[in-house]
Amino acid sequence: MISAWKSVRTIARRELASYFASPVAYVFLVIYLLLTGFFTFTVGAFFERGEASLISFFVWHPWLYLVLVPAVGMRLWSEERRAGTLELLLTMPVTAWQAILGKFLASWAFLAIALALTFPVVITVNLLGSPDNGIIVAGYLGSLLLAGAYLAISCMTSAMTRNQVVAFILAVVICLFLILCGFNPVTDLLTRWASPAFVDTVAAFSVITHFDGFQKGVIDTRDLFYFLSVIGFALFATGVILRNYRAG
Amino acid sequence: MIRIENIVKTFGAKRVVDGVTFNVERGEVLGFLGPNGAGKSTTMRMITGFIPPSAGRVSVGGHDVVDSPLEAKRLIGYLPEAAPAYPDMTVHGFLAFAADMRGLAGDAKKRAIGRVVELCFLDSVVRQNIDTLSKGYKHRTCLAQALIHDPEVLVLDEPTDGLDPNQKHEVRNLIRELGRRKAVVFSTHILEEVDAACSRAIIIDRGRIVANGTPQELRGMSRLAGAVTVAGQGVNGDALAPLGRVEQVDGAWRVYPQGARQAGELVQAVIELAARAGWRLEALRTEEGQLDEVFRRITLPDTVRA
Repeated sequence: MISAWKSVRTIARRELASYFASPVAYVFLVIYLLLTGFFTFTVGAFFERGEASLISFFVWHPWLYLVLVPAVGMRLWSEERRAGTLELLLTMPVTAWQAILGKFLASWAFLAIALALTFPVVITVNLLGSPDNGIIVAGYLGSLLLAGAYLAISCMTSAMTRNQVVAFILAVVICLFLILCGFNPVTDLLTRWASPAFVDTVAAFSVITHFDGFQKGVIDTRDLFYFLSVIGFALFATGVILRNYRAG
Repeated sequence: MIRIENIVKTFGAKRVVDGVTFNVERGEVLGFLGPNGAGKSTTMRMITGFIPPSAGRVSVGGHDVVDSPLEAKRLIGYLPEAAPAYPDMTVHGFLAFAADMRGLAGDAKKRAIGRVVELCFLDSVVRQNIDTLSKGYKHRTCLAQALIHDPEVLVLDEPTDGLDPNQKHEVRNLIRELGRRKAVVFSTHILEEVDAACSRAIIIDRGRIVANGTPQELRGMSRLAGAVTVAGQGVNGDALAPLGRVEQVDGAWRVYPQGARQAGELVQAVIELAARAGWRLEALRTEEGQLDEVFRRITLPDTVRA
C-alpha cells in the first residue's frame, strides 16, 4: 500500500516537473490570469456591481476552463503514446491505476497552482468591502472540482489518441455538452417541447447546475458527489481505454 | 527464469505470434532473430507485460505476467524498440525517475545511477536534456534505465540499433558480460551479433519458431556446413564428383557431403584423392556453414525460395 502511493507520487512529481520544464506552463499561467482578470473586471463588471463578492469572478469559470483545462490535459496520455514512453512507464512495476492517478493528480495540482495565483482578486475584494469569505472559499473549492472534472475528461480523450489536437477537440466537445445541458438559454429552449422532468434530468448532468451552489457558498454533498463521480468515471474510462489499447 | 508456453497474439484476424514456446535460464543469452514483422517485438512486449497474450502463459521468475504483473515486472529490465525516453528530462533526471520507480532511494539510488552511467558511457551527457542527444546516446540512456535496478531478467529489443560500430561492439560485450549472471533475451536482425553475444538463438518467422539452438547448431543447419572447399593446380571437379555433389566457387571446387558422414571424413577423402592425383593444393578448408544462409533459407516465403 505504501509503495503503491509512492509510485503515484513519483509519477506525479515527474509529470508536474515536466510542465515546468517548458515555457508553455508559464505562458499558460499568464494567459489564465489575464483572462480571469479580463472576464472578472471588464466583462463581469466587478466594480460597477458595487457588491463585495466574487460572483463576477467565478461565474466565468465553466467557460474559461472549457478551453484552458483541455489544453493542460491533452498531452497526458497522447504524448506518452506518441513518444513510446507509455511502453516504458507501464512495464515498470506500477499498475495502470497508479499511473493514471499520478498523472491526473499532477495536472490537477498544476491547475490548483494557477487557481491559487488568482489570490489578488480575493485581496482586492477584501480591501474594497467586507465580503463573506466563506462563500469565496466555497467558490474556490467548486472551481477546483470543476477543473478536476474537465481535466479527468481531457485525460480520457487524451488516452484515446496519439494526437494532442484530436484529444483537445474531443475534450472541448464533451465539456461543452456538460455546460450546455444545464445552461439556462438551452434548458429554456428544451422546455418548449420536452417535459420538465426530462429537462431537469438532462440538466442534472450539467456542471453549471452543480457549480451554482458553490458560487452561492453552499457545499451540497450532491454537488460534491457529482464532481467526484465525473472524475471517477472519466478516470475509470481512461483505464479501460488504455487496457483496450494494450490488448490490441 | 523466463517461461513462455504456447503464446498467441492476434490483432484482428492476424496472428502476429502463433504458438511460441521457449525458456530462458539464468546465465543464458538468447538471441531472438527474425525478419521485420515476424513477431519479435510483440513477443517481447508480452514477456514484459505491456500487452497481454491472447492465449498461452508467460512467467518470469515464477510469477505469471498476467496474474501477478508487479512481481514479474520488478525482476525485468526492459529496453523497448526505438528506445523511448522522456525528451524534456535530463539524462540524470530520467535515470533518477527510473530508480525511484524501482524503489531505490538514498545511497543505493546514487550508486545505481553512477553504475549505469559508467556502464553505458553516459558521463559526458548526464546533465543534458534527452531531446538534445544523438540517437546513440538516447539509445544508451534507455538501456541504462533498463539496468538501473540490476535486474535478474533483461529484455532488450534491438539493443544495438542505431549505434556506431564501436558502440555496437561495447554493447555486445556488455550483453555477454551481463548474461553470465542473468537471463537475457535480445532481438536483432544482425546475424553477426548471434556469434558475438548469444549462447542460444531462436529464429522466428511469421509468428512461429522455425529454429532454436546454439549458434553452432544453427550454422550446422546450413547446406554449406561440412562442405570441403579445395583450390590448387590440377584440381578438377570430375575427380571429386564420386565424393559428393561438386560445385565451382570463385576458382575453387566445393564438395558437399553426402548422407551422414563423420566430421572430417570428407576432408580426409579429399586429401587422399589429392595425394593420389598429385594436385598441388593451395587451399583446403571445411566450411562451418553461414548463419545468413540458414536465416534466408528458413525465413523466405516458399515462392521466393525456389
